[in-house]
Amino acid sequence: MTAAAVFAIEDALAQYDPVLGLEVHVELNTNSKMFCGCPTEFGAPPNTQTCPVCLGLPGALPVVNAKAVEAAIKIGLALNCEIAEWCRFARKNYFYPDMPKNFQTSQYDEPIAFDGWTEVVVDGETYRIEIERAHMEEDTGKSTHVGGATGRIHGASHSLVDYNRAGIPLIEIVTRTIEVAPEKAAAVARAYVSMLRDLLLALDVSDVRMDQGSLRCDANVSLKPHGSTVLGTRTETKNVNSFRSVERAVTYEITRQAAVLASGEKVLQETRHWHEDTGVTTSGREKSDADDYRYFPEPDLVPVAPSREWVEELRGTLPEAPSTRRVRLQEEWGFTDLEMRDVINGNALELVVGTVELGVSAAAAKKWWLGELARAANESGLELGSLGVGAAEVAEVQKLVDDGALNDKLARQVFDGLVKGEGTPAQIIEARGLALVSDDSALIEAIDRAIAANPDVVEKVNSGKPAAAGALIGAVMKDLRGQGDAAKVRELLDAKLGI
Amino acid sequence: MGDLIRKTAVELSELMTSGEASAVEITQAHLDRIGAVDGAVHAFLHVDTEGALAQAAAVDKKRAAGEKLGPLAGVPLALKDVLTQDGIPTTAGSKMLEGWKPPYDATVVQRLKAAGVVILGKTNMDEFAMGSSTENSAYGTTHNPWDLNRIPGGSGGGSSAAISAYEAPLAIGTDTGGSIRQPGAFTGTVGVKPTYGGTSRYGLIALASSLDTPGPCARTTLDAALLHEVIAGYDKRDSTSINQPVPAVVDAARRADVAGLRIGVVKELGGEGYQPGVEARFHEAVELLTKLGAEVVEVSCPHFQYALPAYYLILPSEASSNLAKFDAMRYGLRVGDDGENSAERVMNLTREAGFGAEVKRRIMLGTHALSSGYYDAYYGQAQKVRTLIARDFEKAYEQVDVLVSPATPTTAFAIGDRVNDPIAMYKNDLCTIPSNLAGNAAASFPCGLADEDGMPVGFHVMAPVMRDELLYQVGGALEAALAEQWGGVLMSKAPELEVTR
Repeated sequence: MTAAAVFAIEDALAQYDPVLGLEVHVELNTNSKMFCGCPTEFGAPPNTQTCPVCLGLPGALPVVNAKAVEAAIKIGLALNCEIAEWCRFARKNYFYPDMPKNFQTSQYDEPIAFDGWTEVVVDGETYRIEIERAHMEEDTGKSTHVGGATGRIHGASHSLVDYNRAGIPLIEIVTRTIEVAPEKAAAVARAYVSMLRDLLLALDVSDVRMDQGSLRCDANVSLKPHGSTVLGTRTETKNVNSFRSVERAVTYEITRQAAVLASGEKVLQETRHWHEDTGVTTSGREKSDADDYRYFPEPDLVPVAPSREWVEELRGTLPEAPSTRRVRLQEEWGFTDLEMRDVINGNALELVVGTVELGVSAAAAKKWWLGELARAANESGLELGSLGVGAAEVAEVQKLVDDGALNDKLARQVFDGLVKGEGTPAQIIEARGLALVSDDSALIEAIDRAIAANPDVVEKVNSGKPAAAGALIGAVMKDLRGQGDAAKVRELLDAKLGI
Repeated sequence: MGDLIRKTAVELSELMTSGEASAVEITQAHLDRIGAVDGAVHAFLHVDTEGALAQAAAVDKKRAAGEKLGPLAGVPLALKDVLTQDGIPTTAGSKMLEGWKPPYDATVVQRLKAAGVVILGKTNMDEFAMGSSTENSAYGTTHNPWDLNRIPGGSGGGSSAAISAYEAPLAIGTDTGGSIRQPGAFTGTVGVKPTYGGTSRYGLIALASSLDTPGPCARTTLDAALLHEVIAGYDKRDSTSINQPVPAVVDAARRADVAGLRIGVVKELGGEGYQPGVEARFHEAVELLTKLGAEVVEVSCPHFQYALPAYYLILPSEASSNLAKFDAMRYGLRVGDDGENSAERVMNLTREAGFGAEVKRRIMLGTHALSSGYYDAYYGQAQKVRTLIARDFEKAYEQVDVLVSPATPTTAFAIGDRVNDPIAMYKNDLCTIPSNLAGNAAASFPCGLADEDGMPVGFHVMAPVMRDELLYQVGGALEAALAEQWGGVLMSKAPELEVTR
């Protein structure tokens, strides 16, 4: 790898327009594999979920999983695609150690869904993304390279292959080229993947666990000088597995390619690896046009011909489109456009929905998710959804606030404890001593101490300036280390002072 | 009780029913025959003595207990080594799979076992079913029991030789371009290629997925029909399997009636390049069928002349992809794994050592035909020809019920004769290939001996998709009429094999 300098993103975008293409692989959540009856459970001991078919043993034959076809059609419909009346699987012939047949059964020129579109919202602007196709294929197995320092094949003493994943149904969703305002490109890429995740969750066709690889994004990036209509050479950054990484990887590639081009060199057409820790991509396999997969129609499978009745039936089962749903939710929650945008941009929509469903007001749900929790996520570099705090916890804390057991300040400390994994809200309150003091005698003692310590303030109040009592409340709360029930303190103090 | 090995499957079943012979006795008789003659014939790659006797004993036990058994229960069978059998070595005639024991049964094997058929062992074949002579086997050539200096046909030479050498009354073959019918013709036995999708391919080590069809081999039409009925039928594990009832093949073989049947002689399958003795026997058979009341007309199938080139593009293309899995990583042969070579190098060394010349030739052809820039000119064009051939058949079947031709242009040739001339070898399958491309049913029935060499000639019958019973109707009628002429079945004219031990 040449240590080419990387441009600042502003400098890169000042000269070049990025062109993106996103390929998202989605593992379906079917109970069985694409072409056999093997289970698809994640995390099972290696090679325990295999059979002659998914191991590609001599003589074994594939049979298409109807549930996977159904999921593919739903995804296609949700992305406003045409659904093929007749399509076939094809063989993609290439060698890879974790691919048992040495060809992947995929779809080539006859995808099940094609010519669709969808929309994403970034900073309040709506961007239309054209979908070229969504096709069905099978996943490969998983290699583990052992003995090296990096976990990569170079330097490894041996490799282990787990075929449990081989044959799990995949849908690959491919966009047409995305050309948006250069400074928005990376954010649009992130928003698109995030939107797909919401959509797939709503369709209940995938677990969309990016950390488990059930949603993987390959980001194709190329640059062209401003005003040029000729597309530049693209690179394909493989298997980027978080929304944030999608944005970072795209940004990095823009800055890297800009530096390469500016130095008069050519961008190589290649696959690249994304490194989460260092935030850079490195060269993978050089990919030339000579790659020849020798596609041909899979002779072991009959064509897939979904009836129009079935397609319409599935269309009827689709959940509300995310964009329609957003308009509805905004209305129900009484949010302004700006508030709604913040929620969406903060990737908090589903979390707020979940929290509101548990009886929390939309305003309170938004306050916690976009305030305390977003800050914690940002600090730890995690997605909001993987903080270890869910809608149930937020609802529980809010209920304690509503009941007067916590105030906002204490609630924030409870959330801090939750993020740090200190246990349930009750355990954290107990351990950190966070309960709000509302016991009359304890409060009265503190009030008496405050009055005794501040005769001048009492004097002011008595001389007809009741507003001065605020200073006494402050003193009481300080005395109680912020854990006094403010309303109750006020009530008792007023009685004491005869206001 | 007589000579058990010379009985038909039907006769053996009768002997068992009447208690005159047990399945174990019958199985032992065939194992003894294998021991006696297979040194000379080399039909078998693996004989499962213990397993076969155990299966036979199980049948005897069931029979003694009064359980109802199928018509072929206790009858021995030879299985082409391209079908997986749980725990039994399966090589597809290749070094690549030497010693591999599949962990599962092919659907055909499952059905045979369920019917109580006794599987004696695995038979020799051209490597990965590529060839028309069984000379491409990595484990040596099989000899034609009619003349040990001649080839038995291919790729299922072992299966046809096993039944013509009386080592088994029944055998299973697979037919991709004629690999059941051509060896059937060369050994004077019955070989049937059922409708594509009529028998399951699950567990059949693929040569060309869109063409491969397992089918029965036997010495009589009725035996073949009984076996056909056992192995055929829908299989949900094979996506290309046809979900329809099995045609009434046994009834048709018993009825053996061609009165009123319209038979079309394919004009394009005869004439130049056809051995006179083959043509003479074929025309006599047609005459015979006319006398039996069939209506015979000449029919033209103009695109059949392109069948051979189309086949030799489609087959290698699919084969090149199907054989990609033999990479030395998970099963079978591994060469050069000494810690010095990379995985890729080990794969190359293994393929170099494990694949024979014909297999390498076809992988190269197929890889080229599918490669970008050539796909349309080769594979795409061949698929169009395939459609035209299927239309030729459809049009012909508007006029006639079945089509007929010689099964092969010549009789069995001498070992070594065509080894260095692949094209001459390929031409052997001229008559059989169109049926594979169209996916319809076809069979070869013995119709006499050629005058020039005294070798058997095959009569080829082709029938529409899922009309397999028509084959048996014609074959049965022909068999009965010829038996009357000859005073027995053709096989009874075969020379005695010299017994070696």
